[in-house]
Amino acid sequence: MHEEKTNKKSQTTLSQMPVGSTCTIADLHLEGLLRRRVMDLGIIPGTAVQCIRKGPSGDPIAYTVRGTTIALRKEDAAKINVFM
Amino acid sequence: MEDSGARSKILKEHFGISTKENQKVIALAGNPNVGKSTVFNALTGLRQHTGNWPGKTVDNAQGTFTYKKNSFLLVDLPGTYSLLAHTVEEEIARNFICFGQPDVTVVVLDATSLERNLNLALQIMEITSQVVVCVNLIDEAERKNIIIDFSGLEKELGVPVVAAAARKGIGLEKLKEEVYQIALGLKKVQPRKIRYSPEIENALADLVPKIHSLGCEQLLNPRWVALRFLDSDEELINSIVKYLDLQGWPSVRDEVGIAL
Repeated sequence: MHEEKTNKKSQTTLSQMPVGSTCTIADLHLEGLLRRRVMDLGIIPGTAVQCIRKGPSGDPIAYTVRGTTIALRKEDAAKINVFM
Repeated sequence: MEDSGARSKILKEHFGISTKENQKVIALAGNPNVGKSTVFNALTGLRQHTGNWPGKTVDNAQGTFTYKKNSFLLVDLPGTYSLLAHTVEEEIARNFICFGQPDVTVVVLDATSLERNLNLALQIMEITSQVVVCVNLIDEAERKNIIIDFSGLEKELGVPVVAAAARKGIGLEKLKEEVYQIALGLKKVQPRKIRYSPEIENALADLVPKIHSLGCEQLLNPRWVALRFLDSDEELINSIVKYLDLQGWPSVRDEVGIAL
């Protein structure tokens, strides 16, 4: 079988990134105050984000973005789509 | 120049701030943990007092310093990441910068986290052109091998940029000098104008003249107000009506509603 090579990156959510991996933000399905806060911290489409660490039950999750480490709840990170 | 009588009244009634005659009011803004308090303490020494913002449980610190025979009242605003997210801290900071009409707003940035910190600086520059940027923690940046092109930054921003390490006393004299120059109108600043998408710029072109016609451009930047209308920022619109006691706003709101 001939495997088709494409340049299409796979899309997933921020919450599903393996620890240590880096992704690019695609879009945010957050609203209101939370959306503002996440964007204020620099998480906007096109930004590179690295997953650093996860809490005991996978929640919360630490990410490095624009030189700073921040933590997001898993349910919030699940609403952010990313390219890997 | 704005009516200082009206400003004194707003400062006293809404912010609990009393100024002496000819005293310049300086707002101190910045992200949390950038060393704002260090800058504040370094400039004011023991000539400060703390309390709360009227009607809120958020800390307020005010202090004074003298420079070149001029008296300055420094008001420490709550640390914020932006002025748009509607937490109490952000509301206080934004309301003070907009309606308290400080003579200068100093924005303190963290040299090790410039990209994120510039978010607030640019937002403030959209409200007022009387801005001095203070890039603090340059000693930390040096430790981390972060090199900053300060003159390049100043050119890009269009406002004075001061490099500082407040805990070591570095940059404070230059900060006072820049604040003095802007407060007394001795230096002209041209903050970089943020351009939005053609869609938004067209909407602004339509809306800004209508806001101009309300005659408040001495107090509020019409372009910034128009942007907040497009944002449907109800809270701000209510604040404008409350602080400035303007008629005519309901009709602008209707027009915006129709246009949107």
